[in-house]
Amino acid sequence: MAETKTGSKLEKVLRSGVMAVTSECGPPRSSDPSHILAKGNIIKNHVDAINITDNQTSVTRLCSLAACIHLKLQGLEPVLQMVCRDRNRIALQADILGAASFGINNVLCLSGDHQSFGDHPKAQNVFDLDSMQLIQTVRHMRDEGRFLSGDEIKAPPNLFVGAAANPFADPFKIRVPRLAKKVACGAEFIQTQCVYNLDKFELWMKGVVERGLHEQVFIMAGITPMRSVGMAKYMARAVPGMDVPDELVKRLSGVPKDKQAEEGLTIAVEAIQRLKEVKGLAGFHIMAIEWEEKVPEIVERAGLYPRPVIQ
Amino acid sequence: MIVGQQKPFDEIWAMVRVHRRLTVFGCNTCVAVCHQGGNKEAEILASLLRMRAVQEGVEMDIAHGGIERQCEHPFFESAHELLEGSEAVLSMACGIGVQFVAEKYARTPVYPALNTTFLGDVKTDWHFTEKCQACGDCILGLTGGVCPVTRCCKRLFNGPCGGSSKGKCELSKELDCAWQLVVDRLEALGKLDDYEKITPIKDWSKDRAGGPRSFKLEGF
Ligand code: SF4
Ligand code: SF4
Repeated sequence: MAETKTGSKLEKVLRSGVMAVTSECGPPRSSDPSHILAKGNIIKNHVDAINITDNQTSVTRLCSLAACIHLKLQGLEPVLQMVCRDRNRIALQADILGAASFGINNVLCLSGDHQSFGDHPKAQNVFDLDSMQLIQTVRHMRDEGRFLSGDEIKAPPNLFVGAAANPFADPFKIRVPRLAKKVACGAEFIQTQCVYNLDKFELWMKGVVERGLHEQVFIMAGITPMRSVGMAKYMARAVPGMDVPDELVKRLSGVPKDKQAEEGLTIAVEAIQRLKEVKGLAGFHIMAIEWEEKVPEIVERAGLYPRPVIQ
Repeated sequence: MIVGQQKPFDEIWAMVRVHRRLTVFGCNTCVAVCHQGGNKEAEILASLLRMRAVQEGVEMDIAHGGIERQCEHPFFESAHELLEGSEAVLSMACGIGVQFVAEKYARTPVYPALNTTFLGDVKTDWHFTEKCQACGDCILGLTGGVCPVTRCCKRLFNGPCGGSSKGKCELSKELDCAWQLVVDRLEALGKLDDYEKITPIKDWSKDRAGGPRSFKLEGF
């Protein structure tokens, strides 16, 4: 196994060459953590790490850091998602230290959705750093043992650093260069936007491999099962940067309403099976939105179970 | 130039109705270009206020006037008498002009008739768009002449985000994605390779974040 730099279980799985599997859970809009713990426990044996979203879609929730701590204290492996929308460089660096102090080993650096999509559209936004600069910041803290100010950190945080990529956003011609930029900033793993347009994803991966980026960063394809044709149509119409091909919508419309969820799961499993063969791909990030209980089934049916045991 | 938009009439009326002698005072440069706060608009607003006063049975003497710029002392000479004799001033200038009048006439209440909205250009006679936020450390040289601080909704220095779709911003189909514009511009300049240069973390101390800014000319 290639040498690991952090204590991250996800890093160990990825460096071992096995296809890694992650999933994600959204914290509750309440101070009761039982919900997120229950979600985590449903999927923990079927994934290598669990992303905890950070006020996703700009809706205020129990904070990502606290939710990660709850999971960590139960022996699960969280990935702390951090968006640049709500915190300046002081708060971001403070939270990174806080996460490391609880033994959280993974961070995913994101810009964050604009606040106008959420429950507080009148809020100010921060965007002191952007996602690339946040990647640089975590790497700087870890590798140089220093804050952005240059001051020394006595016990630097030791996190495995991830970022997102959306091969389906525009302009397409800079989508591979944009990944290269994230790699140059220090991203070590990538979780992509939900992949429905497999042809376009494969085209993007081809560009990634041509530049040798797959040897510098672990790329995990995002998979989100559709629960209904309504969801597919909504994603196609209303979610910016989402590419849902017409054939997929047609396929879901072709089955009776009570069978659409089942069909959605099958489509997700088939996508994983096809993408497993794509050169340079290192794993899957399964985002079953408010449908976490189906993650084990997807992982098993896609032949990604059992998960490797990491000491 | 500075772009402003007149406040809703009811809001203006609610601010000024307690006064008995009011001057509606135009600023005939930036905010005249966008037809919101020039001397002509001051005249129109003054007559609307007079009508409202009559409707509500409020006795109010409303004068109007204006100067070229409310942000520089010399322009005030011609209006000094009018302003001295006013119980209150409704300034049609941007927030800079309103504050300048307030500073000059320390005992006269001054109200803003406009919401100062942005620093922008005149796309067409009737369409104005924001272009600069006076961040204090211009990076247009790195971004093909397109300002991400102002025109990217997340002010990304290394965009575009994953929400950029068909040239439009994730926020609205009405808005161009600033980073699509950056990429198009770099391509037109034959400098698309520059896209991969990482824009470093910004020094926001020169921005609003660093406190009110000023500068003095040396040896002037
Ligand atoms: S970079 Fe700063 S100074 Fe330059 S146009 Fe943008 S906001 Fe204005
Ligand atoms: S879509 Fe473009 S302009 Fe809008 S936030 Fe993203 S990068 Fe910025």
